[in-house]
Amino acid sequence: MTELTDLTLKAAVDGLRAKAFSSTELTGAFVGAIEKARALNAYVLEAPQTALAMAAASDARIAAGEGGPLEGVPLGIKDLFCTEGVRTTAGSKILGNFKPTYESTVTANLWRDGAVMLGKLNMDEFAMGSSNESSAFGPVTNPWRSRGSNQALTPGGSSGGSAAAVAARLCLGATATDTGGSIRQPAAFTGTVGIKPTYGRCSRWGIVAFASSLDQAGPIARTVEDAALLLTSMCGHDPKDSTSLNVETPDFASFVGRSVKGLRVGVPREYRADGMPAEIDSLWEQGVAWLKDAGCEVVEVSLPHTKYALPAYYIIAPAEASSNLARYDGMRYGLRAEDARSLVDVYEQTRAEGFGAEVKRRILIGTYVLSAGYYDAYYLKAQKVRRRITDDFVQAFERVDALLTPTAPSAAFGLGENATDPVAMYLNDIFTVTVNLAGLPGLSLPAGLDAAGLPLGLQLIGRPLDEGTLFSLAGALERAAGFEARPTAWWSAEPR
Amino acid sequence: MTEANKLIEGRTGPWEIVLGLEVHAQVASRSKLFSGAAVGFGAGPNEQVSLVDAAMPGMLPVINGYCVEQAVRTGLGIGAQINAWSRFDRKNYFYPDLPQGYQISQFAHPIVGEGVIEVERDDGSTFSVGIERLHLEQDAGKSIHDLDPDWTYVDLNRAGTALMEIVSKPDMRSSEEAAAYVKKLRTILRYLGTCDGDMEKGNLRADVNVSVRRPGAELGTRCEIKNVNSYRFIQQAIEYEARRQIEIIEDGGVIKQETRLFDPGKGETRSMRSKEEAHDYRYFPDPDLLPLELDPAWIKAIEAALPELPDAKRARLQAQYGLSAYDARVLATDIARADFFERAAEGRDAKLVANWTTNGLMSRLAEDGLDIESSPISAADIASLVKLIEDEVISSKIARVVFDHMWAGEGDPAAIVEARGLVQVTDTGAIEVVIDAIIAANPDKAAAVKDRPQALGWFVGQVMRETGGKASPGAVNDLLKAKLGVS
Amino acid sequence: MAIDAATVKKVASLARIREPEDRLEALAAELSGILQWIEQLAEVNTDGVEPMTSVVDAKLPLREDVVTDGGDVARILANAPKSVGGFFVVPKVVE
Repeated sequence: MTELTDLTLKAAVDGLRAKAFSSTELTGAFVGAIEKARALNAYVLEAPQTALAMAAASDARIAAGEGGPLEGVPLGIKDLFCTEGVRTTAGSKILGNFKPTYESTVTANLWRDGAVMLGKLNMDEFAMGSSNESSAFGPVTNPWRSRGSNQALTPGGSSGGSAAAVAARLCLGATATDTGGSIRQPAAFTGTVGIKPTYGRCSRWGIVAFASSLDQAGPIARTVEDAALLLTSMCGHDPKDSTSLNVETPDFASFVGRSVKGLRVGVPREYRADGMPAEIDSLWEQGVAWLKDAGCEVVEVSLPHTKYALPAYYIIAPAEASSNLARYDGMRYGLRAEDARSLVDVYEQTRAEGFGAEVKRRILIGTYVLSAGYYDAYYLKAQKVRRRITDDFVQAFERVDALLTPTAPSAAFGLGENATDPVAMYLNDIFTVTVNLAGLPGLSLPAGLDAAGLPLGLQLIGRPLDEGTLFSLAGALERAAGFEARPTAWWSAEPR
Repeated sequence: MTEANKLIEGRTGPWEIVLGLEVHAQVASRSKLFSGAAVGFGAGPNEQVSLVDAAMPGMLPVINGYCVEQAVRTGLGIGAQINAWSRFDRKNYFYPDLPQGYQISQFAHPIVGEGVIEVERDDGSTFSVGIERLHLEQDAGKSIHDLDPDWTYVDLNRAGTALMEIVSKPDMRSSEEAAAYVKKLRTILRYLGTCDGDMEKGNLRADVNVSVRRPGAELGTRCEIKNVNSYRFIQQAIEYEARRQIEIIEDGGVIKQETRLFDPGKGETRSMRSKEEAHDYRYFPDPDLLPLELDPAWIKAIEAALPELPDAKRARLQAQYGLSAYDARVLATDIARADFFERAAEGRDAKLVANWTTNGLMSRLAEDGLDIESSPISAADIASLVKLIEDEVISSKIARVVFDHMWAGEGDPAAIVEARGLVQVTDTGAIEVVIDAIIAANPDKAAAVKDRPQALGWFVGQVMRETGGKASPGAVNDLLKAKLGVS
Repeated sequence: MAIDAATVKKVASLARIREPEDRLEALAAELSGILQWIEQLAEVNTDGVEPMTSVVDAKLPLREDVVTDGGDVARILANAPKSVGGFFVVPKVVE
């Protein structure tokens, strides 16, 4: 007998429609699971009353035959999305007890389609991080553990709470955001599926901004089809966002089962980094084999500027962030330093107290690279390198329809392992940042386990607006990989 | 080459003032540049503020197409190059009336490039002022410091309102020229309807860059005097600042480049100490927006649809209505005046209409500090008054009396004339009776007129008195001359 | 490019973040490490390359000049640390 919380999102949608169970029952099951899983620290805010009220409303709509595509489906929401009347923190102290008086467009789309909100999910502060260790609410623990070890591992970041919650069956799916890999890398670390769509597919209105030209919302879910269903609801043109693309949203799930015979897939040689763990390399080879079996033509391609993507990203993202985070100043909302007197004191103290170390580091870097005398050497240079990186992809996509790469250079690592060296932490994004710089869609799916029993992911990168091809290829890989492993629920066995 | 009369005499010799102005003109739009909140004066605090204006987390800008169009129209009106490709940049600094912590402006690629304006001086001569650029940017909110001793009150109603910043080249050489330039700019903006030019409300304000140098020398260090919002203050500020700089240099000092404020109470400029740190604005392209691309055909269509501009209007008034250059200039200085004149002049003696509009109405309005839009006398009324003069129903002298009654709100001039019995007496028979009676009563004076023609004036006065001023002066003169035997 | 404590202090002031004096050296070291790593970008030949400020290949959308927003003071002040009579209340600038 399958636990309700073990259902895939698709199975739950079908079950709810068939009235095999109610949303109230389903939501109640997740509420209970969340209560027992506090050791993971995936949720920063549990909203059981809101969830059950929404579930009841969904049940009424289902009974009247009026359900939407996600009717009654309980989801977790990354705390970067502004949710009306519900505290939103961006993983930071600086927003204090901020309760938005508005709903982000992406979450509004999900509620429009009938979904239910279980609560707000933990994340790296202001989405800056690859391990969810910079949250003002404490780190998230990966539900996965190395075989025979109790060591707490990171779920990745910045969407660590989202990935952990999905992996631990604390929601049917979660919203997340990706600026340099923050959907895909945590998905890889937790054995889940995550997709960052083409820049502009999802509206950024109401999502706390980190780096405007790179941020994009997307789902994390347990299967490729689940992710496709969520993405279809999340996407859509929004006139309130000037960078939102005015294009139709395809039915992404319809691509999942399609044959990939004849599709050409590229393997970029520059992604074979020095010192890459052998297991990841062999999983990559395995992925190539699976695609060939499915009828794909696999060729080597070159993306010559790959190694410059990380440094370019670590100029552009902090620069944009230093400006986007200027509004957190204690004047109109959020934290205001108590014992500061003059205006300048309040600014400086509020921001010193309210921001964590990583956020401050990035604001300082960003401020520095934009400052007089350095703009040309850093920011302008990085924007030129960005064009080079994008052109690499344009050329590659003349020969292939998609690219296959590993998602991350390692499996989940221990909490606290990269604490001393920020650059070491930044190197986690090595396979993912190129995709944000070029604005392309990128998907990660679980492809296998490493020797310690930890999940490893493979990444597919597509042409702009061609998520369909990614879903087809991901579907094929998912079938071939047959990834059934799941973390053993140690978190509810242990006392709180 | 600056004329000698524009130089300032210092202790050690003559000095030339070099002036450049940055004028901020609020676009006369209904909503803001990047948000849908209303623009307008007089609302309660924070009533015209959207979530975007308040810089809430996750908010994004969307540009108002009407504001773009008004910037293009203004650019065309100042004879400037329209840039089909332009971009918005963020200007980063911290202040409570700047909620985003940055202003969205245009730094590297403004929507309008170089142009030139011809400016008239009071004496009718003209000079050219080059335009460097015009760009669109957000206005800031208002910080009120005097509502509480310990706190500042912030109202964001104005935050996000569209401004056109018009930057001149440093082509002006006197405070009069600077004021004349702003006047001309204001005239053009009001003609186009892109800005109402209301300086009292702060919808048009100037930052004045002042430097001094020996005639023929390199440019001196300049100081910027911010937010001057009247012609008088612009002139006073320039005059004070130029003297201040000349004194410093003549005393052996060096001018520090800084931002200053004009204090109208003291008539002095003073340094804005708090602004000194904020020099590094870290401009970069706003990643929430895309470049602004204008269709050249659209720009051409706008150009074709522009209204008649001030210089063309002035020339046409002079040619079409036979007005003096002076009258044409006075009327063309403001679109509302020009329109008033043309409505009143339709079918009428244009010179008379011009005279009654400028010397009659406008001087009276000026005394009361009113503009022509608030005139109690309408264009139709002026036209009626002029028609009464043309038809000789009243004399010019009586017309002045009628005008006073019109100003007092008594309505249509014909009705006033009727009600007050001011119709001019032109019936020569009636006048003759009066003349004959006066001549008969004053035979010696009558005889003396032949030798001293000036004495006629006494008789004219007597006749006018007897007729209550209503006799037609022309008729009185002719009849008296005939009866007294004067040619 | 290494940066020193004095530069960190200036940058922190520009960013309105108070960094205690005893943190400045350590921060300078951290930031220098990051900046030196970033420096490798200088190796890339970018002559004649247009900088890329957006990945969106579309025109800037324009909105109509209609009032669609504002008029809700309570909503704007809902999360304010201090407000009086419809105004945001903030600390005074010390001139």
